[in-house]
Amino acid sequence: MTEHMNLNQQLVLDTETDEKQFLTFMMDEEEYGIDILAVQEIRGWEPVTVIPNSPPFVKGAMNLRGTIVPIIDLRQRFGITHIGYGPLTVVIVVSVTLKEQTKLMGIVVDAVSDVYSISEEKAKDVPDFQDSDNAQFVHGLVNVGEKMVVLLNLKKVLDLHDKSCAKSNGG
Amino acid sequence: MSIDLSQFFDVFFEESFEGLDAMESELLNLEPGKEDQETINTIFRAAHSIKGGSGTFGFTAVSDFTHVLETLLDQIRNGQRQLVAEHVNLLLKAVDCLRAMLTALQAQEEPERQEANELKQRFEAILNGENNTDAPEQAVSEPEEQVDLPITFQIDFKPLPYLFKTGNEPLYMIAELSELGELETQALHDEVPKLKQLNAEDCYLYWRFFLTTTRGESAIREIFEWVEDDAEITIVQCGGLFEEPVDQVDASDAQQSVPAEDELPVQTPAPAKTVQENKKEAGPAKDVRKNTDPSTTSIRVGIDKVDSLINMVGELVITQAMLSQIGEQEITESSIAALQEGLAQLAHNTRDLQENVMRIRMLPISFVFSRFPRLVRDISQKLNKQVELKLIGEQTELDKTVMEKLSDPMVHLVRNSLDHGLETPEERIAQGKDPVGTVTLNAFHQGGNIVIEIMDDGKGLDTEKIRNKAIQNGLIQEQDELTVDEINELIFMPGFSTADNVSEISGRGVGMDVVRKNIQALNGSVEVSSEAGVGSTFTIRLPLTLAILDGQLVQVADHTYIIPLISIVESLQIDIAKVSNVGKGLQVLRLRDEYIPILRLYDIFNHKGAREELDKTLLVVVENDNYKVGILVDDLLAQQQVVIKSLEANYQRVDGISGATILGDGTVSLIIDISGLIKLSGLRRPGSSELLVDLKADEGIPA
Repeated sequence: MTEHMNLNQQLVLDTETDEKQFLTFMMDEEEYGIDILAVQEIRGWEPVTVIPNSPPFVKGAMNLRGTIVPIIDLRQRFGITHIGYGPLTVVIVVSVTLKEQTKLMGIVVDAVSDVYSISEEKAKDVPDFQDSDNAQFVHGLVNVGEKMVVLLNLKKVLDLHDKSCAKSNGG
Repeated sequence: MSIDLSQFFDVFFEESFEGLDAMESELLNLEPGKEDQETINTIFRAAHSIKGGSGTFGFTAVSDFTHVLETLLDQIRNGQRQLVAEHVNLLLKAVDCLRAMLTALQAQEEPERQEANELKQRFEAILNGENNTDAPEQAVSEPEEQVDLPITFQIDFKPLPYLFKTGNEPLYMIAELSELGELETQALHDEVPKLKQLNAEDCYLYWRFFLTTTRGESAIREIFEWVEDDAEITIVQCGGLFEEPVDQVDASDAQQSVPAEDELPVQTPAPAKTVQENKKEAGPAKDVRKNTDPSTTSIRVGIDKVDSLINMVGELVITQAMLSQIGEQEITESSIAALQEGLAQLAHNTRDLQENVMRIRMLPISFVFSRFPRLVRDISQKLNKQVELKLIGEQTELDKTVMEKLSDPMVHLVRNSLDHGLETPEERIAQGKDPVGTVTLNAFHQGGNIVIEIMDDGKGLDTEKIRNKAIQNGLIQEQDELTVDEINELIFMPGFSTADNVSEISGRGVGMDVVRKNIQALNGSVEVSSEAGVGSTFTIRLPLTLAILDGQLVQVADHTYIIPLISIVESLQIDIAKVSNVGKGLQVLRLRDEYIPILRLYDIFNHKGAREELDKTLLVVVENDNYKVGILVDDLLAQQQVVIKSLEANYQRVDGISGATILGDGTVSLIIDISGLIKLSGLRRPGSSELLVDLKADEGIPA
């Protein structure tokens, strides 16, 4: 109940402050956040059509009411061990603008978690993980209560022309 | 309540652009000395309606500019002035200028005035310069050019009460009158009824003007031209002296009194203001030249197409009624038969309807061709070449989306033909050719494709030069033996140009890679053939529509793919005795007199679990650009029409795949791009149209 009220208050606050709302989801016990305005819908997993010669993290294409939407496994994109898909597997359909083109893409995650209002200024810069390919995907880190949430740079995550793409392709 | 005129802007712009296109093409038909009255009338009418429309919407820059144009045209029309080549050139420039102005206005930007003003001055110079007295209609006052003595006219202007409803505004006329000279205005209000009887939408005021001007009466008449039928107008010459009017009302009074009638349907500042406001909201449009906003693009459809659609919908409704009638009955054996019949009819209706709906998007290719007469004229003048443009097959229909993307590559190719293909008249005479070169655009249907040829009878591609250049650029080796066609293909390589000096128009080869890329993006192909001294031909092959195709569903492992039916020659079971190995990892099937390379789809697409034994699989023989290859599949499934969806829109281009579709069960299936697949399989040397699998030559096959 109180949580509800908090959320409502936050909603009201949103119009006045720089706070943005982030949808968070779980992946390998970590919580990641993406800008909620990019989220189009949340769906369950359903079999997809394999796209030939695509990087392993591109699971295939799905029919979203007549639109062909590519599905990307975020675990594989991040190099985390792939787990099987089950009834709880969630596909978050997001819209991102890449090179002036708005694209709809689906990302496969373990579970959806929460919605937070976060002031972007509070997001701390990513520590310089020198050897980590994944650092480029991270927009910032932020603490919500006791938890740490990784805010993602969706554009980087979903830009498949990126160099890292070729890398993970080989691996 | 004021009417928001902006809702009519789209129609105005569309009609104006159409008018400009018409003006342009008619102007190109005009030959000084041989002008056809009807042609001039068409041009005049187009100019006239643009002027009227822009005036109504408050685009004064456009209407002022069109006015001088119209005056000149009017004089030519009436035989007061002889048409000369300069006029045509100037008018064509004016068309360009108007197009730019309207484009800017459409993008809600302030139009560039400088060019318009310069052109306008040139028009005025013509109108004044050649015969001052014969051109009194000129509307724009330029005191230094006025020579005649001022004359005062008394003008009585009594609009009929419904004037405002016709979209006219006396204030504009008063403003225009005041530009002609010194104006005294009396607003007469004795007919204004009592407030109770007053209908706020009627016009009760009338006016008496005293105008002292050097312009003739016709200039005044012209201002009132639009309201001639909606008002009583008398114009009387009072003599050279200014007569003091009796009950004089201040001019500003009159001007104020007009907007004071609150409920005018047209408010003076409204259009301009709307444009300004919209501009703030919409922000600057990025691409002014082309209006790419899909919400504002529209299509004009022939009424016959609409009629046939309505017929078909009628049929569909009847079938539906029949089916629902059967559905209400008790199910018996006979009703099942009737049901089946009804369903067959429904399928028939649906297919008809679908085909006809697709036809709505089909437009004759003349929409693209029509821009070339102008282009050819301008470029040939610049290059001092004499060119005749022949257009063949203008009525060939093509999907609008394909057409839009076709235009740029074609412009490039035509420019190339003019600049590099055709020789100068002197060179042509020296070679015993007609000094006038010919460029031919030819469009026709072939199978499910449209073929567009761009032919010139110029000197052809210089293979020696291309070869040398390619060696210089490291594209080929000195010792490489290439056929003429292979050499010609090199011009499509990125960054390739043989032009000695890159001219203003183009360099043959510069951007040819872009041309090819753009056409390939439409699932098309472009080829060149050329003969020295005879000319070159570029052939563009494109699918008719990007939206739909007949497909053969095939199964590979547990994946379903679609092969375009149009490219399938035959499907067969493989007779192993006729398969031979050529080089490393390539097998060919001897089929009658031909050798068909076998492409293993599961290999190319990296699918596991497919049947690999040749005798258990099927071979789909497909033809692409006159080459046949066989695609190995596990099974053939149904044939059906599929609606093509873009895979690229949300993902990226995938080699060997031209798009996707959604099958009846809602799953996605990918459509195979045959030429891409062949390329992907490594059967071709990049950039060459020759298959490397030439069984007579002992050349090795690349791994």
